[in-house]
This record gives sequence, C-alpha cells and structure tokens, in this order.
Amino acid sequence: MTTDMQTRPTAPGAERGIVARYNTFMSRRSSLMPTLAAVAILIILLVAAQVRFDRFLSPGNLSALLLDNAYLVVLAVGMTFVILTGGIDLSVGSVMAFTGILSASLLSQQLPAIIVIPVMLLGGAAIGLMIGVLVQYFNVQPFIASLAGLFLARGLAFVVSLSSIRVEDPAVLWLQRTRFAFGGWYITPTGLIALAVVAIAFYVLHWTRFGRTVYAIGGSEQSARLMGLKVARTKILVYVISGVCGGVAGLLLTAYSGAGYPRNGIGTELDAIAAVVIGGTLLAGGTGYVLGSLVGVLVYGTIKKLISFMGAEQSWTQIIIGFLLLVFIVVQRVIVTRSQRRT
Amino acid sequence: MPVGVPHVRDRDNGQMQPATPILELTGATVRFGADAVIDGVGLRLFPGEVHSLMGENGAGKSTVIKAITGVYQLDAGRLELDGEVVRFASPHDAQRAGIGTVYQEIDLLPNVSVAENISLGREPRAFGGIDWKRMRREAHDILLELGVDIDPASLLGTHSVAVQQLVAIARAISADVKVLVLDEPTSSLDLDEVAELFRVIRELTARGVAVLFVSHFLDQVYELCDRLTVLRDGKFVGEYLTQELLRIDLVEAMLGRSAAALTAPRPAPESTPEGTADPAVVVRDVSVGRRLRNASVDLVAGEVLGVAGLLGSGRSELARAIGGIDRPENGFVRIAGTDVSGGGPRAAMALGVFYSSEDRRREGIIGDLSVLENITLALQADRGILRRIPSARRRELAASWVEALDIRPPDLDRPAGTLSGGNQQKVLLARLLALSPQVLLLDEPTRGIDVGAKVEIQNLVVEMAANGLSVMFISAELEEVVRVAHRVAVLRDGVVVDVLPAENLTMDALLALVAQPGGDDV
Repeated sequence: MTTDMQTRPTAPGAERGIVARYNTFMSRRSSLMPTLAAVAILIILLVAAQVRFDRFLSPGNLSALLLDNAYLVVLAVGMTFVILTGGIDLSVGSVMAFTGILSASLLSQQLPAIIVIPVMLLGGAAIGLMIGVLVQYFNVQPFIASLAGLFLARGLAFVVSLSSIRVEDPAVLWLQRTRFAFGGWYITPTGLIALAVVAIAFYVLHWTRFGRTVYAIGGSEQSARLMGLKVARTKILVYVISGVCGGVAGLLLTAYSGAGYPRNGIGTELDAIAAVVIGGTLLAGGTGYVLGSLVGVLVYGTIKKLISFMGAEQSWTQIIIGFLLLVFIVVQRVIVTRSQRRT
Repeated sequence: MPVGVPHVRDRDNGQMQPATPILELTGATVRFGADAVIDGVGLRLFPGEVHSLMGENGAGKSTVIKAITGVYQLDAGRLELDGEVVRFASPHDAQRAGIGTVYQEIDLLPNVSVAENISLGREPRAFGGIDWKRMRREAHDILLELGVDIDPASLLGTHSVAVQQLVAIARAISADVKVLVLDEPTSSLDLDEVAELFRVIRELTARGVAVLFVSHFLDQVYELCDRLTVLRDGKFVGEYLTQELLRIDLVEAMLGRSAAALTAPRPAPESTPEGTADPAVVVRDVSVGRRLRNASVDLVAGEVLGVAGLLGSGRSELARAIGGIDRPENGFVRIAGTDVSGGGPRAAMALGVFYSSEDRRREGIIGDLSVLENITLALQADRGILRRIPSARRRELAASWVEALDIRPPDLDRPAGTLSGGNQQKVLLARLLALSPQVLLLDEPTRGIDVGAKVEIQNLVVEMAANGLSVMFISAELEEVVRVAHRVAVLRDGVVVDVLPAENLTMDALLALVAQPGGDDV
C-alpha cells in the first residue's frame, strides 16, 4: 500500500506520543467530544453552584438530583434509541401521563401492582408499536407519527380520568419512600430503576447486533439495508422501546408524586429531547451515547435546582436550556460539517 | 458455442474440460410496471476470472447487478449459483450465498468503526455480546491481506475515499465469497490507488473468486478483464473474450448502429454557418473536477453542435458547465459576450441558455401535472409569481406548442406522466422553446424513446437551428449525432479531443476517435 493511504497510525505497537494518542482518540472517538463537553458543563455548573451556595454539593442534594429526575432519565434513554436511528418521538410525555393515570385508576380499583405494572409497560409498548409501524410501513414522518401518538395518549389519559387519582398501593409507594442510605447519600428504588434502564440500554447499544443496527440506520438506512441488517424490525423496535420507557417513566412519576394526573408531562418530551441533544447525540442520528443522555438530564436537573436555589423564576430554566441547546446544535453542526469535509 | 469459456484440467483423466460457471444468469427480465428494464439478459461468471459488464447509461448494468445481489427479484429467467437455481429475497440472502458486492456509491457507514463496517451483520460474539477485540483483530488481518494498514477501531468517516473503497472490498470478501461484484469501483480513485485495487483483484481471482467488474473506463477494462458481456437498452448484445474484441468493436456493440436511424429521412442540416459570425457561446479551458478538463468549444448561432463520447467522457459535464449548473474550476464560459462562469443557472438562463437534463423523469417532467402546466411552468417562473399569465393565454400558448411539436394525444389536461417517452420529451422541448431561448443544451433528448419519435425530435432540432437557435445535441448514438449536427465535438476521458465538421464524417472515423486508447485517466 502506498504510504499516503495510511491515514492513521496502526493501533497496536504504534508510537505513543501525545500527538499519536490524540490522533488515535480523534479517529476513534471524535463523536465523544459533544458528550465530554456536556460533562464539562455539568462540572462547571456544580462547581459554580458550590461556590455561590455553600451547601449545594451536599450528598443529600446530589442524591435528590437523581431522584427528582429519574422519570426524565428513563424517557431520555428511550429517546436516545429513537434519535440514534434518525427519528424522533414526541409521544413520550403523553405516554407517561397515560400510563400513570391508567395505573392510578387500576390500583384504585384494588388491582395488584404485579398486574398493573406490566399493563403500563404494555400500554407504552402498544403506542410505540403503532408509531413504529406508521413510520416503517406507511412511510409517515416520525415527527407526524409520534405527534399522532402524542394526541392519542393524551386523549386516552383524559378518557381514564379528568382529574388526579391518589395512589395508596404500598408496593408503588415503596418505590419512592424506601431510601437505601450510605452516610448522607441515599438512593430510592426509582433511582435504581432509572440507573438500571441506563445500564441495560448501554449494554444493548454497544454489545448487541440490535444496538449496532440502531447506529447503522442512523448512519445510512440504505447502507444498513444493503449490508443485510434487519432495518424494518429495528426501526419499529426503537419506538417500542421508547414507548416502554414512557411506561416505566409513568410508573416512576406516579410513585414520585403519589398520584396519577392526566395533565402530567405536558412538554416533557421536549425536555427529554433537549437532554439527549445536550448529552451529545446528533439529531441527524448515528452518533451519540446513552450515558451522554444521562449527563444531559443531570445538566437539566442541576440548572433547575440552581434556579430554585437562587430563588429566581423557573422560566429561567427554560431560557438557559434553550440557550444551551442552541450552542450544542451549532457545535454539532460544526462537527458534522468538518467530518463531511474530511471525507 | 459461447465464446471464451475457460478450460480446466479434469482431475481424473487429465483432459481439458470446459469449466462450469460459478454464476449463471439466463433470460433475466426485470420489469418496473409495464417497462422491462432488462429483458432476457444472460451472464456467466467463471471461477477465477474478471468479467466486465459493459453498456451505456440505461443499458441495464445496475439492474443486472441488483438482480444478482438480491436487491431486485427476477420477473422471468433464472439465476444459478454453483449449478443450483437460487432466488434471493434480500441482499442478506445473496451475501450468505457467497455473493459480495461493492456498490457504486460507497455503501458503508461513516459513523461507526472500520472493524464494524467490515463485520456488521456477522460480528463475532462472546458472553452474549459482541466480541470487540476479536472483531478488531479479524478486521485488522483482513485489511492487511489487502495491504491496508489502518486502525480498525477508527471511524470509517476519518479515512479517504480510496481507503473506504478498500474497506468495502474487505467487507465483501470477509464472508466466504465466491463472486465479488464491483460497481464502478475506480471512479473516485487516483492512478496509484487503481493499481493497488487491481493488485487486490488479481489476488482474489488467483484464489478462485469470480469478479464482476463494472467500469466506464475502457482502458481499465482492457487491462483487467478476461471476458466481457455487453448490454444495450436492457438487452444482451454479446459475450466476448476481451483480447479478441477490438476496442472499436466494443464501442460499436455498446452504442449500436440503429437500423431505423439509418433508414429514416435525413433531416438535411444547413451547411456549416459562416465561421466569421460571433459565436453565441465561447467555452475556454473549462474544468469541472476530474470529469471535464480544459475543455474549449464554440457554439455559433444557427448551428447544431453534436457531442459524441462515451458515458463518463465529460459530455454531460460540458453542457452543465455551459448551463451554469456545474461551476467551472478554471477557464470561462462566455455567452453572447458576457462572462457567466460561476454565475449559476440563473445567469445562463437570463441570457437565454437552457439545459435539458438527460434524466427526463427525475429532473424534467413533473408527471402529476398536466401537459399544459408542464409547458407553461418555466415561462411563469421566468415572469415571476406576481405577473401571472392569464389562464386563457396560457392555454392558447400551450395549445400552439402542442400543435407545433405534434404532441400526442393533443390533450392539454392530461397528466404529463401518462404520455409516452417521446411525447414527454416534446413537452420538455416545448417548455424550453416557450422561453424564446438563444441556446439549447439537450442532453440525450432521444434516450429511451421509440424510433419514430426519435426521428421527430431530430427533425425538430434541425428546424430550431434553422430558425437561428444554437443547439448542443448530446447523444450516446453516434449516427444520430452525425446526422443532426453541423459539427461534432468528440470527448474522451474528460477532454475535448477534436471538433470536426459532420459532413463527410464517417461512422468508423468517429468510432475510432471515441474509442481510441490513451489519455492519462486510466
């Protein structure tokens, strides 16, 4: 091979100067850059908050960060799958509300949680399946298909109940009230569920063929098909996964608030999308990390908490998130343009 | 007796026996709706040979490839692999059966690693997950076999197109491949890279792999291929031994000598217009990428300039550069004394220069709109949305063009997509003529239309020139070019090799110019 075709040093046994390491990293993991930027922003936020308010970095406060945003973590994980394929799922906030109010209603009719929880997950999966089939077989834009899902789920939530229903079921309340404490730190079963969802998603995306097919579709659906990958099945499945995540989030939110409410989660799908994008996943698909989405949710949660510490209006959260989104999308645009110029 | 069947020595009796094809396509027909895109095509690949599939644009090469690789299913005929009839429901099936493919546009994923691009779909597993270490090691090994030393964990998108091409080949051969299909693999490679690719291909054939090599570079085909199959208009023309087929005969087989065009009444062009007249279009030293290099031609008012050349010779690029669609990298295009290089299509159109694409369906006719709308579309766009043409006036205008060009059926409200190819082409011409053009650049205006319509279009072109228009007439059919044009510009490998008067130009002389080896673009 001519020398000019060796564009990158060989991995094993190549010289290990800083430049070579940097080159190797950039050639392998340049897509990590936006996620690392999100981590940096999270650290800066936390440090700045600690400087401004002495008690911000207390174990209790940080533990609450995960607890308060557990449902959003789960939604963001499902959204990550969808966005990685190049799609979008606007239905998740409504699915969360629908499955939440459905569970509260069923539980109030004395059905046991062991039946109600699978029903919630199935409800989310069914709406996801509908969206996936519309996208894959009827060639409907994901935006429109999931918008239909949004209206359907929201409508169904109001069909179940027009007002909030309290949840008395001990098993569901246990999810929130139990605290496993270590020193000042604590974690609830809801927090554990959220972390488990992240871990499972990470495994699936990085160590299974299904997960790699998700990335492949985001890179080029046509190529993925020509490579003989199961494109149709995968595209439908990501919406089902997102729907199931909506169901899990419904469970977590019901446990968190101790009630089901049909107006829950209006606009939450947009928070989830914002978290995913801030966490470094390209809206165009094919590039991103589910751990980044976790970081994105934590950035979101930290900003929200910081605003409430400052005693300012919560609308500032949205302004700051909006600004961050803008910055991140511009950064992504630059990265994509640069990589296109290289090829 | 089919030509050029390789012989192998029989193990038992030491006699030379004709080899059996590893892949044989017989009577293959693929239809889209009522149109047969390929019709009764045959193709045989023998182990260890490089076979070329030759043909012009629209000859059906891509369709044949897609029929072999499971993207399309045959409507008639059969495909045999290793002596057994097979039907592939998907590209995946074909890959599993041992047919590896590298498509024209690199069909890989820039956003994942080189190793994944090679093994995705059959990646090694361990402990219920993907075995990344083994995947990278295997990818590294197979790339080294091809002489590529790159980090298999790096993202594919960070590498040059040439390396990506080799990665695509690595993917194709990493499965146990019997047949390797390469569709235009060299179109984005430079000389060294092509040589490297050829070395790899020869190594593969030495191992008994049959390679189907599709390229429009004749030099490459002659350098690499043992046998070739020629297609024209979706039909099988012949199967030849490369070394026994003269280049000029190959070009003739690809372009054909259409009998009808020879018998049709010749639309007697005027004699060459006065050379002293100021040219309507002056093109000097114009280059567009590697596909058109330092081209210089003039176009005089009242003249039909024919453009002859093979697919990929730069014939479309020349017209597109004049029409402002492709931006020249150097040199200039001057229209009626004004330099328009870099001004885009609007600058050219403002001076009355219009380009009509070779891809009528995709870039020309809007099938769902009526004939009336298709004809008046550009005129209305030219006037701007605020100066609407009154509907009665539009109808009158369209009707006059339908009559003048004899568009059939003469029904203004019919969706243009339901017309025959020839009539669609006339609608397109009417659209351009309604703009009172000075210069028309017609890229393959007669492609895929029946013989009678072809002659009508040819006559129209001659008539337009007689009325003072300059017409650039591009066609893959050399007879047609010679018959219609006053002068013929010959392109080869992106270079204008000659501009000749069409009078007394013989087919053989033209064929020789079009086919002649040489040029530095191997």
